[in-house]
Amino acid sequence: MKNIFLLFLGILFTIAFSFTGIVLISNVQYGKLKPVAMAEGEDTQPREPSGIAQQGKKEYETLGCLYCHSQQVRRKGFGADFARGWGDRQTVARDYIFQKRVVLGTMRTGPDLTNVGERLTDESWHYLHLYDPQLTAKGSLMPPFKYLFRKQKIRDERTPNALKFPPDYKHQPEEGYEIVPTENAEKLVAYLLSLKLNYELPESKFSQ
Amino acid sequence: MTTSNIQDTTGYATGHAPIHKTKLAAIDYSLKAPVLFFACSALIWLLIGTAFALLASFSLHSPKLLPNWEWLTFGRIRSAHLNSVAYGWGNNVVYAVCIWVMARLCQTKIRYPNVLLTAGVFWNLGITIGIASILSGNLNAVEWLEMPKMVSPILGLSYVLIGVWGVMSFFYRESPHVYVSQWYLLAGFFWFPWIYTAVQTMVIWFPAQGTVQAVTNWWFGHNALGLWYTPMAIAVVYYLIPKVLGKPIHSYYLSVIGFWTLALFYNWAGVHHLIGGPIPVWLVSAGVVASVMMVIPVLVTAVNHHMTVVGSFRHVWDSPTLRFIVFGAMSYTLTSVLGSTMALREVNQITHFTHFTVGHAHHGIYAFFTMVMFGGLYYMMPRMLQREWPSVGLIHLHFWAAGIGITIYVVGLSIGGWIQGLSMNNPDVPFIDVVRRTVPWLISRSVGGSLMALGHVAFAVNFIWMLCAKRVQEGPTMFYQATSGEPIKVIP
Repeated sequence: MKNIFLLFLGILFTIAFSFTGIVLISNVQYGKLKPVAMAEGEDTQPREPSGIAQQGKKEYETLGCLYCHSQQVRRKGFGADFARGWGDRQTVARDYIFQKRVVLGTMRTGPDLTNVGERLTDESWHYLHLYDPQLTAKGSLMPPFKYLFRKQKIRDERTPNALKFPPDYKHQPEEGYEIVPTENAEKLVAYLLSLKLNYELPESKFSQ
Repeated sequence: MTTSNIQDTTGYATGHAPIHKTKLAAIDYSLKAPVLFFACSALIWLLIGTAFALLASFSLHSPKLLPNWEWLTFGRIRSAHLNSVAYGWGNNVVYAVCIWVMARLCQTKIRYPNVLLTAGVFWNLGITIGIASILSGNLNAVEWLEMPKMVSPILGLSYVLIGVWGVMSFFYRESPHVYVSQWYLLAGFFWFPWIYTAVQTMVIWFPAQGTVQAVTNWWFGHNALGLWYTPMAIAVVYYLIPKVLGKPIHSYYLSVIGFWTLALFYNWAGVHHLIGGPIPVWLVSAGVVASVMMVIPVLVTAVNHHMTVVGSFRHVWDSPTLRFIVFGAMSYTLTSVLGSTMALREVNQITHFTHFTVGHAHHGIYAFFTMVMFGGLYYMMPRMLQREWPSVGLIHLHFWAAGIGITIYVVGLSIGGWIQGLSMNNPDVPFIDVVRRTVPWLISRSVGGSLMALGHVAFAVNFIWMLCAKRVQEGPTMFYQATSGEPIKVIP
């Protein structure tokens, strides 16, 4: 290549082209979406997550949950996202507008979690699952998150959210002790329970 | 040593008069301190990254293996692995090998090597802080960009002081002609800061709204491979094949087509990571088209390399450098064609969200990029240190362990990932069974990974042995020959 100016111009043009096309145009097209209502008088969707759920999301991020769990539902017929109950409609850009950090994920070593708050509503199930995944899903590859719990002496009576192990569980705490979730575990579970795809948007209605 | 070896053969590749080997030695010597620093840092990060890789790989099929400490959880060590091999090993080895190749092709000495060295220290400092932060939980939940916000200015600034050397060598080149490797190097040194700055701005410092983040993330994530590691490795392949074989590149025109189609299409391919995702369909379609079009640069480059090597396979086999380089170049063809296939919606429906993608990523970054860079180091280090590799046996061990290891890795995860994808798309299979079916293949990954680790240890032993070996000849002693004799004519 003899014309160095042309070489440099080409290098500049190709990157500017994709940067404009993919990044800047995305920003213009769907970078400033607002919540909408399905009909006049109804609540606008999506809604801003609660404070504790937002704190729990931070926990989700720093523990690296997104490397095994996605949070996106693909359209009906594309994969088995619908059939597995991961959501009743495809997720669209507007669903994510209140997430400061979008954690779509690219891996499903574990199931998708977009709608986990609708599928698994029991708080104590989540605590057991985080403490030892083998208790709730035998054969799971999820690591135990025991550091989100602490062992303490039972005072007058059991703490309400102390883990209730099945009787045949081998690693029960000693007599007189209980395992309770730490504040971080409470936030994380609050976040998981808040993940619900239970509203429609004009561009994505149920069964789409 | 025959006379033809004394002469540099760059002339064959670039089509102009060969330059005297003593001049090259002077260029090498001007770069010695920073290049050795980068090469050693790359090696250290390779070993650290490999250790994280093994921990992550074993803990994925045996989740109760590791002690129950927060910093050892899968999500953290996986990210520590990615960042130490990408920015620690990958970038350092690019700085070492590619700045060296650039300086040699431009026939220009590096003028202030201490600036390069200092910037290198800061780069590695930044990564050390970054990895420690990831392990302690101060991380961005963004693939490829886990290192915390405060690290990016350190990395960005030190990159500028490093990358500018590649560009400066080019603008102050003394060579009369510009060779194909230089296009790739110039482009890479320019593209990387662009994509890094853009993604840091729009995803980390001033996050864009919603899934614009995801699109920007994958525009960067894929371009880090496509516009940084790939062109740098292709440049090394283009430099070393003709150089070691002593014959010119097959076709100049194929090189031109290969370069421009890569620049145009690779740029747009990243969106295929979001096929089916919550972004506009036109973007996905553009990504799919660009990914498929990547077949052109890949095949063109493959033909060009192949036609250059034809007739010299014996020589490829005999040269440690070329064995690694050709292994890498062949993997580039294979992994890219597979990648184009994976971008088709029908195939992606199966492979997306599975270990198939992980296998594919390692096919590209390891079987291609890393193997090429190993080849580059095998060629460069003796010229830097003026002494030979102490053990041929260890080079053999390195080649076979890495080669067989990555083959097991990629084949295992491809089969496992395909099974995982098919099972996941069949709602009659309970999810836990989808998980169970992947386990044997995850174990095969640990086996392959352990072999790769063995290869790295062999390489490290040889490398350190070479560094500590008794000095045979100093670089500057070559200057004497440069001033005393006429350049020797090339004997083809």
